[in-house]
Amino acid sequence: MQPFDYVVPKSHAEASALLVEGAGIVRPLMGGTDLLIRMRGGFVRPERVIDLKGLPGMCDIRPGEQGWLVVGAACTMNQVALHPLVQQHYDLLAQACNAVASYQLRNRATVGGNICNASPAADTAPALYCLDALLEICGPGGARRAPIAEFFLGPGKTALRPGEFLTAIHLPPAPTDACGVFSKLGRTKIGDISMVSAAVLVDYGLPIADFGFTETRTSHTRQSTIRHVRITLGAVGPTPLRATEAEAALALDPSPEGVKRAADLAAAAARPIDDIRASAAYRRAMVAVLVRRGIEAALAPSSSVLRPASAGGAA
Amino acid sequence: MSHTIALTVNGERYRLDVAAHHTLLQVLREQLVLTGTKNGCEAGECGACAVLITWPGAERAEPVNSCMVLAPEADGAEIVTIEGLIHDDQLDPLQQAFLATGATQCGFCTPGIVVNARALLDRNPDPTETEIREALVGNLCRCTGYIRIIEAVKMAARVGREVVG
Repeated sequence: MQPFDYVVPKSHAEASALLVEGAGIVRPLMGGTDLLIRMRGGFVRPERVIDLKGLPGMCDIRPGEQGWLVVGAACTMNQVALHPLVQQHYDLLAQACNAVASYQLRNRATVGGNICNASPAADTAPALYCLDALLEICGPGGARRAPIAEFFLGPGKTALRPGEFLTAIHLPPAPTDACGVFSKLGRTKIGDISMVSAAVLVDYGLPIADFGFTETRTSHTRQSTIRHVRITLGAVGPTPLRATEAEAALALDPSPEGVKRAADLAAAAARPIDDIRASAAYRRAMVAVLVRRGIEAALAPSSSVLRPASAGGAA
Repeated sequence: MSHTIALTVNGERYRLDVAAHHTLLQVLREQLVLTGTKNGCEAGECGACAVLITWPGAERAEPVNSCMVLAPEADGAEIVTIEGLIHDDQLDPLQQAFLATGATQCGFCTPGIVVNARALLDRNPDPTETEIREALVGNLCRCTGYIRIIEAVKMAARVGREVVG
């Protein structure tokens, strides 16, 4: 690697002042799993690398106000995926974190870094879109919050302004009976970068009286009470994409025909390109498959038994 | 730019001047001449450079690719490399199992796999084959086809459980 200075800022203000010089001169460091590779390849040649991990709260996961959960931007994938509150209420995010690379890389890679690199294939992004995450951003003007859907602007492009960096990911209380499913396709079964990914979150909104009859509950009973659907696609557009028409279709008609229709609408919403990992046509076709399977798994009668998220209330 | 860092490697404490743009892998191999840890892809893909690291304040050691850690980031950390798995001149049960099952051919990937498998067995003493395969997905071996490696991890897990039991 080309020589650079390594700087550990002592405060958010200092970090912001250092980063304001811009990407040509400084680079923020979280887990380094993308930055180190780019520096080694000579694709980026910063004079200074600013390690943000040591700032207060960056590596913490803590309950916020009114049932929210606050995940520090520099929390590693393993830290997030193994956290009891994440497992209990945001299993969809745990699944997405666990889908990234390998165990030892997930000990370095951070959720915040995954978002800030703004790769269309970022695995945590579709999950965070479905969970309506709010991003907390620190900059020269102080702190601000932005919905994740406004953060991704294009491949490698985010809404971060000069001197700004991501400090935390705020998750609203999980829907009470939500079941989320993240699925991805890489060139290998596990460990590879996604060529297509899909996150599906379905909240049945079942009346409380229905609990205790899980085994006898027919799929019709369950399907008739869907009240919240989120479907987000990864690696098939310049940013992660919400498939809102597919969401609306599923909410109206969760029958097997409706599920297929929602999957087809999701495929229609994809804007894939041909690249080294897959063709656009293959990606579009696989969106329909992943979304259909995701919805089916989320609607399966057993999923409320298997997934802790559906057993408890909000965070 | 040079930084002075303090770290523990295989039980020995060191105070080292390191370059900001060097990695923990370079420090281990070039400054401490612990060449058991291998330099494969330098991109976090192959796992040949895996070491165990206990970060300051952390409760347990976790495997990381040492090519993905900048040298100054390792300040205050406790590192165990493949050389550190030997205790009282005795090989780790995993190392013995690799020998017994013939899980090594050219040997280049072996240190990373043994270190990563050690971490697996420390957090999960009785892993299923699927769990072993998932844990080792970031360790590439171009010789063996993995079957004997997985057998070796299973054997070491059995031995470990017998010793504990």
